[in-house]
Amino acid sequence: MRARRCLLALFAFVLAPAARAGIPHDTVVMAKEIDDIVSLDPAEAYEFSDEEAIANCYDHLLDYDPAHPETIRSALASRWSVDPDGRTYRFVLRADARFASGRPVTADDAAFSLQRIVLLDLTPAFVLRQFGFSRDNVGELIRAEANTLVIETTVKVAPSLLYYILTSSIASVVDKTAALAHQENGDLGHHWLQFHSAGSGPYRLAVWRPGERYVLDALPDAWSGAARNRQVIVLDIPEPATQRLLLERGDADYARDLDKDQLAAVARDKDFVFDRALQSMQTYFALNQKNPYLRRPQVIEALKFLVDYDGIAKGLLGGTRVVHQSFVPDGILGADDDRPFAFDPARAKALLAAAGLADGFGVTLDVTAASPWLEIAEALQASFAAAGVRLTLLPGDEKATLTKYRARRHDIYLGEWGSDYPDPHSNAQAFITDDDMSDKAALKTLAWRNSWSDPALAVRVEEAERESDIARRAALYRALERDHQKIAPFVLMFQDVAIAAHRKSVHGLFIGPGPDHTLYRAIEKE
Amino acid sequence: MFGLLLVTFLIARVVPVDPVLAVVGDRASSETYARVRAEMGLDRPVAVQFGRYVGMLATGDLGQSALTREPVTSDIARFFPATLELATAATLIGLVLGVPAGVIAAARHNRWPDHALRVVSLFGYSVPVFWLGLMALLLFYADLGWAAGPGRIDPWLDDVVPARTGLLLIDGALAGNGAVVASALRHLALPALVLGYYSLAYISRMTRSLVLEQLGQEYIAVARAKGLSETSVLWRHALANVLVPLATVVTIAYAQLLEGSVLTETVFAWPGLGRYITGSLLSLDMNAVMGGTVVVGLVFIALNLLVEGIYRRLDPRTR
Repeated sequence: MRARRCLLALFAFVLAPAARAGIPHDTVVMAKEIDDIVSLDPAEAYEFSDEEAIANCYDHLLDYDPAHPETIRSALASRWSVDPDGRTYRFVLRADARFASGRPVTADDAAFSLQRIVLLDLTPAFVLRQFGFSRDNVGELIRAEANTLVIETTVKVAPSLLYYILTSSIASVVDKTAALAHQENGDLGHHWLQFHSAGSGPYRLAVWRPGERYVLDALPDAWSGAARNRQVIVLDIPEPATQRLLLERGDADYARDLDKDQLAAVARDKDFVFDRALQSMQTYFALNQKNPYLRRPQVIEALKFLVDYDGIAKGLLGGTRVVHQSFVPDGILGADDDRPFAFDPARAKALLAAAGLADGFGVTLDVTAASPWLEIAEALQASFAAAGVRLTLLPGDEKATLTKYRARRHDIYLGEWGSDYPDPHSNAQAFITDDDMSDKAALKTLAWRNSWSDPALAVRVEEAERESDIARRAALYRALERDHQKIAPFVLMFQDVAIAAHRKSVHGLFIGPGPDHTLYRAIEKE
Repeated sequence: MFGLLLVTFLIARVVPVDPVLAVVGDRASSETYARVRAEMGLDRPVAVQFGRYVGMLATGDLGQSALTREPVTSDIARFFPATLELATAATLIGLVLGVPAGVIAAARHNRWPDHALRVVSLFGYSVPVFWLGLMALLLFYADLGWAAGPGRIDPWLDDVVPARTGLLLIDGALAGNGAVVASALRHLALPALVLGYYSLAYISRMTRSLVLEQLGQEYIAVARAKGLSETSVLWRHALANVLVPLATVVTIAYAQLLEGSVLTETVFAWPGLGRYITGSLLSLDMNAVMGGTVVVGLVFIALNLLVEGIYRRLDPRTR
């Protein structure tokens, strides 16, 4: 009898709802897909989730306002200038900034942070190498002079290009003393920084468990002011349905990746609200110019009229993406909101007839076998059929599909692309530049992946890259985007909208146009 | 073990996915890509890569995971205890409920307890574990709010106590932290019950068959003729004589769970070995996949040795 009572008591304890403890008031739990994180070292991080974690632990040299992208603001650098030679930049660091360690943020730390990106030569290194830095010269060209960071580029580019790059994750300033104290085999603290932070942001990285979560502890004495919460826990929950479950049960304060159906379900409960922000990620499909049909200019143009842009955005994607047809996304300098294409099968048919394909043709499309990619692909299959284009879908694992795309073995590839840094040159280069069409090309841009080259547009990319007047530079990109829309084998369709679902009693998450501007410090619970 | 390694290695090489992508991402320059590819040894012939791996293995080095950036041995030391905790709890549930249920069904052959057990077992054999897991989660967590949600512990309690064994129940108890033990127990309950149900279905059916066979033996008739109670006949004589084959049954059930209950771990976001190997496989993190495979092989060998020890203990004729 006693054993039975004990068993019942244990069962009741385990399953008793009253015994469940809720999230502590000063702790924020987010359910988010973070399996893209490669590393949390700013010299290596280059995916979305890792940049978001880094943005909350480190400060950048500069900042910008996504609502007015032509305005660059101070961050760790209080003043900045470029010498008349157009190649020497000077950034005066503010005196009051402090790292989590309590040490002041100096120009030497800033120089070290940029140097180590080039010296370690990990994924983001190419962003700085375009200014002519190499392992041999970076120590000399990026240096500290008292409290001023001096950057000398070997090539003359638009100053705004460098400034925008310095607003991104790559310009996170690392505590040199802390990094070198944990150096292993001359790695400049790389291994240690994958699992620890050494920044001046409002948080420090407490835990990073790949496939599970990262935990940020707020620093009460952060130089820029303490966060309004004590701890942020970001759980790796890839499934939107599970994210919703956690949110509704009160086991998560935010669900960051709900899909259309989950969003609709959550919206029915008046306790929940949504934060929305446009992201720099864009959805597009690309036409491999090795395919003899897809090479014809009329076919390229026809396919742009065979997409039901609004139908997909509203019906299939339910507000998680908006229509955007140019390669510079909204929120970045030079974005063009013009929408020259709409679903027009009659016009597409006429263009196909002009291309000698009045009866249509067959072609394959590689797509990741996951939502919403498959749904978008099926919608394209239906709309292409309206003009006789027979689209065969080849669904596959995301990495397998990407591997095939990078090897240029596709016909049409459906996927997404985000700016490497918040400057229009990033996407202009990706969607246009293709100096070397060979398999051994150093720069394998999206244009290269689709075997497409347009020397005239490429020259204009270089011109815009060098334009020092920011207004004229924006105008050059807008003109470039309009001409690119007409002839390029890329069909840009949508721009992502980040949507964070949360209870009304929780607020303060700032979602920037990119993960490196998404901040947790103002989150608080009523 | 060698065959297992070879097959796993070759499968990984024919999958049309570039493993360098998992490390450098889609944006890396050609130089960075080539350097990392060389560092991973992928620029060498497949035979050389395999030989190098086996050589490392011989020294106890499972390499580094491309995904977690940690030595695979450290990863396994972290993930395996989660699987061990879940599998042990589930097997205990299967054992404690399954053996008596099987004995009772055998004793009530072709009567309602036997029929009821048949239905319960059949359901257990035929329903996919992920479906049952999802339904259990929806009912007991989402709708009724009785059970804790996905994960091994409330996230704000994770890392609160030092990981001495990696088993949260034990680590929490050693640290005297009741909140950690309670949270771990609540999170363990539902996945353990779901997996335990499958063990129960298997163990109870096998127990029933084994005991039923014994009940037809002459020594049982002699025991009854001597006037022994039916309880004594069943539990002391019939059950005692099926313990050796029953040990094999339980060990097989335990081994299957220890090898990683991939689907259950996925549904319940349980950070165990099965989820680790699956995640690594999808990212083509080959050191992790191979390391996980080695551990699974070793677990199987260890359990075989264990069951042989149990045989010798239970049956003097095998000593």
